[in-house]
Amino acid sequence: MHGHLAMESARTEFPRLVYLTELTGLRLIGPHGARIGRVREAAVFPREHPQRISRYLFGGGRTKFAIRWEQIRTIGEDGIHLSDENFAPYYGDDYHLLLTKDLLDQQIIDVNGRKVVRVNDLALRITENGNEQLWVHEVGVGMQGAFRRLTEGILPNRTIRAIQDRLPPNSIPWEACNIVEPDPQRRLRLLISHDRLEGIHPADLADIVEELGSEEREALFETLDEEVAAETLEEVRSTLKTSILRSLDSGRAADILEEMDPAEAADALARLDEIEREEIVRDMEPEPADEVSELLEYEDDTAAGMMGTRHLAQPSDATVGDIIENLRGEDSQLKRLTHVFLVQPDGRLVASVPFGRLAVAMPETPAISLAYRETVRVSMDAAAEEVVELFDKYNLYALPVVDEDGSLQGAITADDVIGMLIPEPDRGL
Amino acid sequence: MALLRRVRGRLLTFLAVLGPGFITAMVDNDAGGIFTYSEAGARWGYVPLWTLLPITLLLVVNQEMCSRMGAVTGKGLSDLIREEFGLRMTVIVMGLLLVVNFTNIAANFAGVAGAMELLPVSRYVSVPLGALLVWVLVVKGTYQSVEKVFLAASVFYVAYVISAILVEPDWGAALSSAVRPALLADRSYIAVLVGLVGTSVAPWMQFYLQAAIVEKGIGSTHYRDTRIEVIAGCVMMAAVAFFIIVACAGAIWEQEPRPIASAAEAAEALQPLGAYAYALFAGGLLCASLFAASILPLSTAYTVCEGLGLESGVDHDFAEAPSFYWMYTLLIALGAGVVLIPDFPIVPMILLSQVLNGVLLPVVMIIVLKLVNRKDLMHQWTNGPLYNLIAWAAVVLLIGLSVALAVFSVLPGSSGGSVPSLP
Repeated sequence: MHGHLAMESARTEFPRLVYLTELTGLRLIGPHGARIGRVREAAVFPREHPQRISRYLFGGGRTKFAIRWEQIRTIGEDGIHLSDENFAPYYGDDYHLLLTKDLLDQQIIDVNGRKVVRVNDLALRITENGNEQLWVHEVGVGMQGAFRRLTEGILPNRTIRAIQDRLPPNSIPWEACNIVEPDPQRRLRLLISHDRLEGIHPADLADIVEELGSEEREALFETLDEEVAAETLEEVRSTLKTSILRSLDSGRAADILEEMDPAEAADALARLDEIEREEIVRDMEPEPADEVSELLEYEDDTAAGMMGTRHLAQPSDATVGDIIENLRGEDSQLKRLTHVFLVQPDGRLVASVPFGRLAVAMPETPAISLAYRETVRVSMDAAAEEVVELFDKYNLYALPVVDEDGSLQGAITADDVIGMLIPEPDRGL
Repeated sequence: MALLRRVRGRLLTFLAVLGPGFITAMVDNDAGGIFTYSEAGARWGYVPLWTLLPITLLLVVNQEMCSRMGAVTGKGLSDLIREEFGLRMTVIVMGLLLVVNFTNIAANFAGVAGAMELLPVSRYVSVPLGALLVWVLVVKGTYQSVEKVFLAASVFYVAYVISAILVEPDWGAALSSAVRPALLADRSYIAVLVGLVGTSVAPWMQFYLQAAIVEKGIGSTHYRDTRIEVIAGCVMMAAVAFFIIVACAGAIWEQEPRPIASAAEAAEALQPLGAYAYALFAGGLLCASLFAASILPLSTAYTVCEGLGLESGVDHDFAEAPSFYWMYTLLIALGAGVVLIPDFPIVPMILLSQVLNGVLLPVVMIIVLKLVNRKDLMHQWTNGPLYNLIAWAAVVLLIGLSVALAVFSVLPGSSGGSVPSLP
């Protein structure tokens, strides 16, 4: 891509790619050869075109002037040749994305690579369409861009190009760049959306979120779809969960927490002050709010503190067909559960049945006949270590938690145990 | 009951934020610092103690601004420099930081060598072992475990308190000197004062503290507890310095005021006063040196990689963050290696480091002050006018002192009072 495709042309012409570091400093030449100034900044106007540079700013100090893209005839190594000399003073415009100010050295999200990167330089493509225009082509995040930035103005452009071609390239196509803009108004004006991030796996999105500054982080959690935000928040390390919840207004925080597994939601809330916590829980729908408040009562290192409450309790006299019928449409609760728990009408746990057995059994088979001969269970106040030992000893995937009366209160999954055993992967210094 | 719960809650939140401020302040009392304090006490007794109050204020102002920036922006100092001052400035600052920190690392391995040779253990055994220990700790551990080890290591500074008590110094004189400013028109005295201030505020601390605060995820709304922690750390640091100066004043200056050549020599001077005072002082030196020799390479590699946008952090592995681990490994290997080369010109190297430190510190401080007053970054958490006045006065003072320290460092025939020379 960094070739010399256009070098054969007679006119002193740039290769097809111009770097932002080269553009800034490029001379602006009037129709009669008058030197008007040097380009200081370039702006894209996303509402007009997503890639084309719409304004070229020049002039130093307080008064800046703008040249519109239509006024440009050709773009060459000797400068930008204009077709007229009409330019207007420029006072800044919130609808413009300034390439140097808004992008250089800032963090952006590489949607394809699923990570946060810092912009070293931008490559702009010369596009011929009536006149010559510059379109943002790709964003340099590697050694090449860094080298350009460090030597710009010190070495001649040609030397820089010659050396940089030997460095490893590392760039991201413009389409894959997601800018994170904390100001909601500016987001609208610049047509910035975070929709594309919603396709990223929540675990990767959580890594991205951890790399960002607090305002950018907050911006993401305000704009992401609630379900995606919830799944992402579950994956973020716990110290950050707290500060993210604090940064959101309580209504939004409540909306996100409602989408979360109640046990995860309770975990996320655990480190907040009582007042903050109550404010958020008050804004939640009554049902998840109750579930979460109940879980918050339990100590972290007991079975009750580890369990989730979205277990699947089914009547103990149900047949396989009944159970499958009951479960239809409950997809949101199913993804982690591997077992169905059979309970008596008063809530007492009778047996647990692995899903796999249900799936292959005839519909009229009584579910109880598929249960394990012995049902391993644990009381709510059992210590976390005991839970771990039971999982290890009986090779469990899920463990029902019961109160003093033997009635089912929740279930601990293997995932909960792994989460407890492995120290939090803190990014760390 | 409610009150009890509230008190417990407060205590828990405080413990949760405990770490960054304390560790930073403690590492500040590294081998170079201990030497400077010992030298001050051995040569001038209790007289220089008054500097500790203004030093604490300076340190608090410095550290508080950085931790506040970390809490509010959620970004490290090198990130902010990159975003607001561009790549070129970042590379310059990172380059200087790398050189300054490298010499600091070497000085601390020299501290390990000095302390162990008192035992006596050859430096060809102690230094490679120390380097290996430090390297394994970080490469094999998570940051949380590393931080716990560091916090536990802070306890060893109590050794200085005890050894000061064992020396039986003149406590009355010590306390009254602590609040009575005294300026003497003596070049070596001035050099000691400059050295005291110069070793107490170092650029790496600002980067390290801010990054650690960001890692803790401390938001602006709960910054209060962190501020207390940072201030407490600075006070502790000054307290340790106080006891070191007092110990050396009691043990050396009260017998016969004289300059010393190394912190290990100060420990030796404590020997006639009892084996415990001696062993505690030497043990404190060893711990402080190891402590700093592990934090400094870590902080340096992290800061530099972060600023340049490279993968960094203890919880990545070698393959994921090669630059980080290579830099970390090289800093330790070379820092320790330099101490082992016979006749290596380490003193000129440390002199150079003092000069570069003097260049870097004002640059970083001015950057910090500019950043912390930016409304768009800090919102309502910018400095107040009085705070700014104190901070700018501190900058001017520090620039003056740094220049003076640099000049003293390179001036031929100077006492070298501020320079940690080596055993």
